[in-house]
Amino acid sequence: MTVKSTTRARKKAAPGVPDKTSAGSAAPELVQLLTPEGDRVEHPDFPLTVTPEELRALYRDLVLVRRFDAEATSLQRQGELGLWASLLGQEAAQVGSGRAMRPGDYAFPTYREHGVAWCRDVDPLNLLGMFRGVNNGGWDPNEKNFHLYTIVIGAQTLHATGYAMGITKDGADDAVIAYFGDGASSQGDVNEAFTFASVYNSPVVFFCQNNQWAISEPTTVQTRIPLFRRASGFGFPGVRVDGNDVLACLAVTRWALDHARTGQGPVLVEAFTYRMGAHTTSDDPTRYRQTEETEAWKAKDPILRLKAHLEKEGLADEAFFAEVEAESEKLGLRVREGVRSMPDPDPTLIFDHVYTEPHPLVDEERAEYEAYAASFEGEQH
Amino acid sequence: MAGQLSIAKALNEALRKSLENDPKTVLMGEDIGKLGGVFRITDGLQKDFGDDRVIDTPLAESGIMGTAIGLALRGYRPVVEIQFDGFVYPAFDQIVSQLAKMHARALGHVKMPVTVRIPFGGGIGAVEHHSESHEAYFAHTAGLRVVSPSNAHDAHWMLRQAIESDDPVIFLEPKRRYWDKGEVGEDPMLPLHSARIVRPGTDATLIAYGPMVKVCQEAAKAAEEDGRRLEVVDLRSLSPIDFITLEESVKRTGRGIVVHEAPVFLGLGAELAARLTERCFYHLEAPILRVGGYHAPYPPSRVEETYLPDLDRVLDAVDRALAY
Repeated sequence: MTVKSTTRARKKAAPGVPDKTSAGSAAPELVQLLTPEGDRVEHPDFPLTVTPEELRALYRDLVLVRRFDAEATSLQRQGELGLWASLLGQEAAQVGSGRAMRPGDYAFPTYREHGVAWCRDVDPLNLLGMFRGVNNGGWDPNEKNFHLYTIVIGAQTLHATGYAMGITKDGADDAVIAYFGDGASSQGDVNEAFTFASVYNSPVVFFCQNNQWAISEPTTVQTRIPLFRRASGFGFPGVRVDGNDVLACLAVTRWALDHARTGQGPVLVEAFTYRMGAHTTSDDPTRYRQTEETEAWKAKDPILRLKAHLEKEGLADEAFFAEVEAESEKLGLRVREGVRSMPDPDPTLIFDHVYTEPHPLVDEERAEYEAYAASFEGEQH
Repeated sequence: MAGQLSIAKALNEALRKSLENDPKTVLMGEDIGKLGGVFRITDGLQKDFGDDRVIDTPLAESGIMGTAIGLALRGYRPVVEIQFDGFVYPAFDQIVSQLAKMHARALGHVKMPVTVRIPFGGGIGAVEHHSESHEAYFAHTAGLRVVSPSNAHDAHWMLRQAIESDDPVIFLEPKRRYWDKGEVGEDPMLPLHSARIVRPGTDATLIAYGPMVKVCQEAAKAAEEDGRRLEVVDLRSLSPIDFITLEESVKRTGRGIVVHEAPVFLGLGAELAARLTERCFYHLEAPILRVGGYHAPYPPSRVEETYLPDLDRVLDAVDRALAY
């Protein structure tokens, strides 16, 4: 296997002039196993054998994840959610990497990893609690080895690295994926996580979904080299993968996790993809990017290419696609009903779990609130 | 632990016991290995417990805190050393937004048994960023517990209690007192969050913690020569605060004076004054007064004695309280 962090010979940028093309466009190093037209191609470093059944399962994942995401966006528009961060366009990066994980592996997500959560078998309704405002996360991270969403950009990469340091101490062969984005690559925490993981040789895969936009800022505001090349400065391999190619994401992440779990240290995977929608439902991308750009990425859609492949190769029939469609409608309905019937928490939730052990101030304020609330009992509202 | 130990040695012994008692306890920090930390609090521990449990980290405070959180999620019990008070700010997000909130965000599903040791306060003639008192930031943050010992016994036992706590604890070590010696008893005597009356009195209550307890004890001794009997309460815990002990004392003496190195404005004294006024209103002979640092950056060391409360400034406040 070639060393992934080696830079290939390419045209040199003038000194002091940012090489915008390298940061903003897919460089020749891009690992791809499935073309946008749905043709299977081989890559010497990342062989992948998949059965038709596995291909159909990946297709199902992609469709259901997109359906869930679309439903959540609608629910926000209907006022059922306060906010939603759509993953539209990034399904392959998330499903590919998510399905590469073993049960004992652990994922540390940002707030957009709904597809990874799906692969970890986290109930989609759990993800919606914080966007509806009934909790700030709330699920048990250790149940599915999927940590709570982290909103402060990049902070979770350090948690992932510390967790991975613990795996090493335990002598276990699990590995961790730290998810983050192109914007987060500028954060100190991400760079500190690279440093810690590197010097302690920790079993963590840094999975950067470069979706080209950090809200309104293009990658050229974050970097003047392709992000995966950052790894070489920290002393570990970096790979750029076609983030809209679920097979390439699966193969590369599987390789990276094995690299990490076998004591060879961290890997940076840059999944080159595109945020088809807005940053969140509060964002308006028409203010800062061109329709042509979005249209060009539409042609690279992760679901259409897998569908084209399944059809071309005769690996799935109409009945299969209809079945997935029906299942996706069912999921949409379940999510819709689940969110609408999600109860508001009792206000005293405020005082729960601030500390693990009794705390006189919290107890006092809870008692004050309860007495105050009780003073309204029997009054007309 | 018979005999007199310095606070530094008492802390060192506490870390040793904690490492012995729980294989999941790990120490992390800058220069804590071979060097034993810049104050030698971890002296000899890496040699005895290995570099896997006494971990020299890269020089990145946010990295130290963030990875400590990850280790806690994996079931470890990290004890982090921040080298100096002024170096904790790069870790502020990890402490305030991540560490403090994690248990609540997970609705109790995860715990954060992380202790953050920070040498704090001035009086050692140090350069900038080495003498600060930032306890109010942490005490203001729900989810954190904040404590500060003033003597060797408490240094030892409070650190062991902090490490055993399943909540994150900010453990503020009075660096100018590291070499003060005292007896360390065979058991802690008090729960972590109880205050202690270290000198009984009748005329006014001096409330202090960490490095200022000694100053208040000296002030009380000096006042006695003038026939004034001052009570001194060592707060020990800054969050939560033992208001039961404080209320009882202030109701009895009718006067309270809070002393800390941190700036007076919005310092811990502000909260103490407000709450003690509510609790003791009809018993007070004077408003609760505060003695502390000024609303200015911590000054160059040649003038730090002007900034830091001393015996005379404490007695001046006592005079003002008694004049009401």
